[in-house]
Amino acid sequence: MQFAGWEMPVRFGGIIAESKAVRTNAGLFDVSHMGRVEIRGEGAGKLLDRVLSVQASRMRIGRARYNVICDESGGIIDDCIVYRLGGERFLLVPNASNTDTVLAWLDRWTQGLESVQIANLTAETAMIACQGPNAAALLQQLADYDLSKLRPFRAASATVNGAKSYLARTGYTGEDGFEIMLTAEAAPDLWSALVKLGASSCGLGARDVLRLEAGLLLHGNDMSADVNPYEAALDRFVDPDREEYVAGGALREIRDSAPSRRIVGFSMLERGIARHDYAILDGEGRATIGRVTSGGPSPTLDMNIGLGYVQIRFAELATRISIEIRGRPTAAEIVALPFYRRSRSA
Amino acid sequence: MNPDELSYSKEHEWVRMESDDVAVVGITDFAQDSLGDVVFVELPEVESEVGQFDKMGEIESVKAVSDLYSPVSGSVLERNEALVDSPELVNDSPYEDGWMLRVAVDDDSELGNLMSASEYEAFLESEDQGH
Repeated sequence: MQFAGWEMPVRFGGIIAESKAVRTNAGLFDVSHMGRVEIRGEGAGKLLDRVLSVQASRMRIGRARYNVICDESGGIIDDCIVYRLGGERFLLVPNASNTDTVLAWLDRWTQGLESVQIANLTAETAMIACQGPNAAALLQQLADYDLSKLRPFRAASATVNGAKSYLARTGYTGEDGFEIMLTAEAAPDLWSALVKLGASSCGLGARDVLRLEAGLLLHGNDMSADVNPYEAALDRFVDPDREEYVAGGALREIRDSAPSRRIVGFSMLERGIARHDYAILDGEGRATIGRVTSGGPSPTLDMNIGLGYVQIRFAELATRISIEIRGRPTAAEIVALPFYRRSRSA
Repeated sequence: MNPDELSYSKEHEWVRMESDDVAVVGITDFAQDSLGDVVFVELPEVESEVGQFDKMGEIESVKAVSDLYSPVSGSVLERNEALVDSPELVNDSPYEDGWMLRVAVDDDSELGNLMSASEYEAFLESEDQGH
């Protein structure tokens, strides 16, 4: 299928089998469509401090942080991961469909920081995600770096399958795993090598199932410029108390006032699958109280789950709600996020 | 792959005539493969009426909801209740265990509006080129 100008596979085998492979073994995702933007030069940290919801200039080299990019009224332009590559060298990974918007937004806040260079490396590089409980064991056979030393949200340069790579212990599936950035030319060989070692090829469909089970939001579905990070329950990724932060004023005001809606997770109590944009009704199925932003079956949990925004008084855990499925109110219940949490014993 | 003795619709349903006036209805191998993992099938009640090429129900895969269209007109005699708990039968066995409805057919001349297996395969090829 076409996605943000990229030709992407929705599935290789079946979405359920692919999801299971990631939960029990290891799966591969071609996530080259995600943006890779390098920001470097004197003032690079300052520029990102203006634009990101976290203070990039205080990150240690080799660290990665999840954050959101908000406009001046606190609306979410995109969510992304920022990596500190070096002293004044950062890598930003925005969503495919938002990369141009993010580039324009960065450009807008460069005044006084003329030595900062912004380079879009998306087309010349590739990114492969290797995710699952066996991801580390498989990847270790190809990497010259001791992966047991690379903790979650850490990244390092390494040679992987003979190719110079940037290796991050990050992902979007709720499992342990890695995202490997390397030249576009080297990517097909790495993919084949990991498949040969036993990893399953996975498509966008499984990725969407897995991230929903893990309670991870998708920009464009679960977030947009019409919602703020407090409504999206992303409070812990936002530090608005910084003078230089362009969204700080708006976000402080939002944080200090009573919210009117909030994102929730729900599971279906009756047979039926909630889908994006279905109405959320109260427990009696009368009044509309919100809208589904993502929904579908969870193969791992064997139930039907979803995310959506509801009026704040319906956001309590265990609240009975209903989802309007083809005109019929269908019972559901607010549940804790994430739906799925991996066991860390392994 | 598509059994010769069946008739096929452009909406990717098949019909097997069990007798002169009883038809079994399901979706084709192409349809189940395009949908991917089927997780929910909603079918009309027994004794309800279905019309040829009218919507008769819904089928949901992991990713999306699609409409099901009846390839014949008639009254529903039986639905495949096994699909309630095992919708994956549609994927595993679209022409046998994954059948959907048994229908008392009003007018068997309606079969003339459907395609043979070879016509259906030609139809799939022409569709494919259109994309």
